[in-house]
Amino acid sequence: MPAIQVNGVDFCYGDKMVLKDVTLDVPPNQVTAFIGPSGCGKTTLLRCFNRMNDLVPGARVTKGSIIIEGADIADRAIDPVQLRRHVGMVFQKYNPFPRSIYDNVAYGPRTLGEKRKSALDEVVERSLRRAALWDEVKDRLHEVATGLSGGQQQRLCIARTMAVDPEIILMDEPCSALDPIATARVEELILSLRELYTIVIVTHNMQQATRVSDRTAFFYLGEVVEYDTTRKIFDNPAQKRTLDYISGRFG
Amino acid sequence: MENPEQLIRKGVHHDGLKQGAVKAVLGGMAWGVVVVALLIFGRIFWDGAPVLLKPDFPFVDTSFLTEKTETLHIFDDASGTRHSLPASQYHQWAEKNGSDAVFNETSYSYSGGGIAGPIVGTALLTLLSIVLALFFGVSAAIYLSEYAKDGRFIRLVRLAILNLAGVPSIVFGLFGFAVFVLAAPVFTDVPSDRTLFALPLGFTWLSFQGWNSSLIAGSATLACMILPVIITASEESLKAVPQGFREASLALGATRWHTIRKCVLPFALPGILTSSILSLARAAGETAPIMFTVAVAAKDDFPWQGTTGPLGMLQSQVQALPYHIYTLAARIPTSDYTQRAQYGSVFVFLLMIFLFSAVSITLRNRVRSKLKW
Repeated sequence: MPAIQVNGVDFCYGDKMVLKDVTLDVPPNQVTAFIGPSGCGKTTLLRCFNRMNDLVPGARVTKGSIIIEGADIADRAIDPVQLRRHVGMVFQKYNPFPRSIYDNVAYGPRTLGEKRKSALDEVVERSLRRAALWDEVKDRLHEVATGLSGGQQQRLCIARTMAVDPEIILMDEPCSALDPIATARVEELILSLRELYTIVIVTHNMQQATRVSDRTAFFYLGEVVEYDTTRKIFDNPAQKRTLDYISGRFG
Repeated sequence: MENPEQLIRKGVHHDGLKQGAVKAVLGGMAWGVVVVALLIFGRIFWDGAPVLLKPDFPFVDTSFLTEKTETLHIFDDASGTRHSLPASQYHQWAEKNGSDAVFNETSYSYSGGGIAGPIVGTALLTLLSIVLALFFGVSAAIYLSEYAKDGRFIRLVRLAILNLAGVPSIVFGLFGFAVFVLAAPVFTDVPSDRTLFALPLGFTWLSFQGWNSSLIAGSATLACMILPVIITASEESLKAVPQGFREASLALGATRWHTIRKCVLPFALPGILTSSILSLARAAGETAPIMFTVAVAAKDDFPWQGTTGPLGMLQSQVQALPYHIYTLAARIPTSDYTQRAQYGSVFVFLLMIFLFSAVSITLRNRVRSKLKW
């Protein structure tokens, strides 16, 4: 049973069609990478999974369905607040709130109504440990989060996402604002989280896709050109366009 | 090195005189502003400070701040000594010495005693109007920036708000008089004769008879006047909060209102406070809007005296500093004996606005230093 089932989805911003008849299944507890040139719709599809596109006026799914946990989340009647607790998201630009490290991680549980300090302490520690950040920040949990380095801030955002216990974590180019060393640490983290979560990652960096992902989907002009295991896509793609892209001939 | 053509040489450019003249004129304009400001503040300080400050401890003449406004009586006694006493003391003196002892008596309205009434009135008006304007203004700004979809209607609303900012204050005064003083709804058991419309609710009446000339009517009028500035500036500061905060909060499963409350509004607060500082000074300083809606030239008791509870206070009229200054300047003949009240009032008024602004700026800086990104 796939974690996310995308069935023939068309997606429009106003009159402009950005996704055409996209069909793919995201398997559970694996890392799935979306690659492709800018403007090919990979981020749009990612943001469909937690209905983040609701914020954009005129953006909507015009055809097809996206099934998560047996529910068609493209249906407007689905409560996006409930959905987003189930499907977390990490953004391209790390965006911790300008509050303390502790408050950042505790934000989600507090939103859900958790007030007991012991429970919050436990969630914060567990999430930070999972994000491999605990040892670095345990002595300064109450310092402001924006004082951390970029890589630490992004891992904090990952911890914050994990604090609400989602099943699926969406990552929208999580390393594009980070230096190579911070990138390596985040990639390490993604690999270690695979057992706990289903992860979908959008990336511009093809080496990154080969390093962290189990399956890769190549998007081009709003369509899925090829979707297979990462090894197959990079070693022996079935489509010429895929080969051209991964060998750097365009994009 | 040879340089026969002398393309690059020492000396002044041939246009030097003109350049210098332009610089002098522009500089003169800029310094002219400083001179004018210095003249205004200098005069007020020079003549106003001695009223409030004194050379020995505690250096401040508190009686000017704490006493009520009275008529000043000037007279000679039998030995030819000149006295100048506020009305209450004058009557005591006259009682003690007999009215035969008073010669050459003249009196000047509003020139004796202190200005406690106007100070209290202005403080209450400013505070209340800022609270009202912030409540309505920030609510409207949140709607415009967070909820409203950009369309023709919203553009129209924004245009209306901008235009409202340009309406002269006397028009706001008349508007306040027409709406708040004469037509605003009140709950009452006995509707007034001049009510526009009274709605029976069974146990009581909802009567559109206005709030009369009162603190609440004046504050509401002032609030209307500063509302456009507060809305526009609040909307700007809400928009300046990074979109990432909203997205992060929503992605964690927070509702829209929760996101606004926890992740947007706190970070917009410094900007909102900045705009309210400017509005505060404006609300405190305007005369026209309060003329018809709340201000009285003379009042013997403080707004909270002779009323029941804080709601009663809202219904009382008050004196206000700008209106008091207007009265002193326009309604009484100027003489050596009136200058104390005139310059003193203006000086205290400036100090008060300075104090208001200083407090709000400190508050804003404190909030700002706490919430940085």
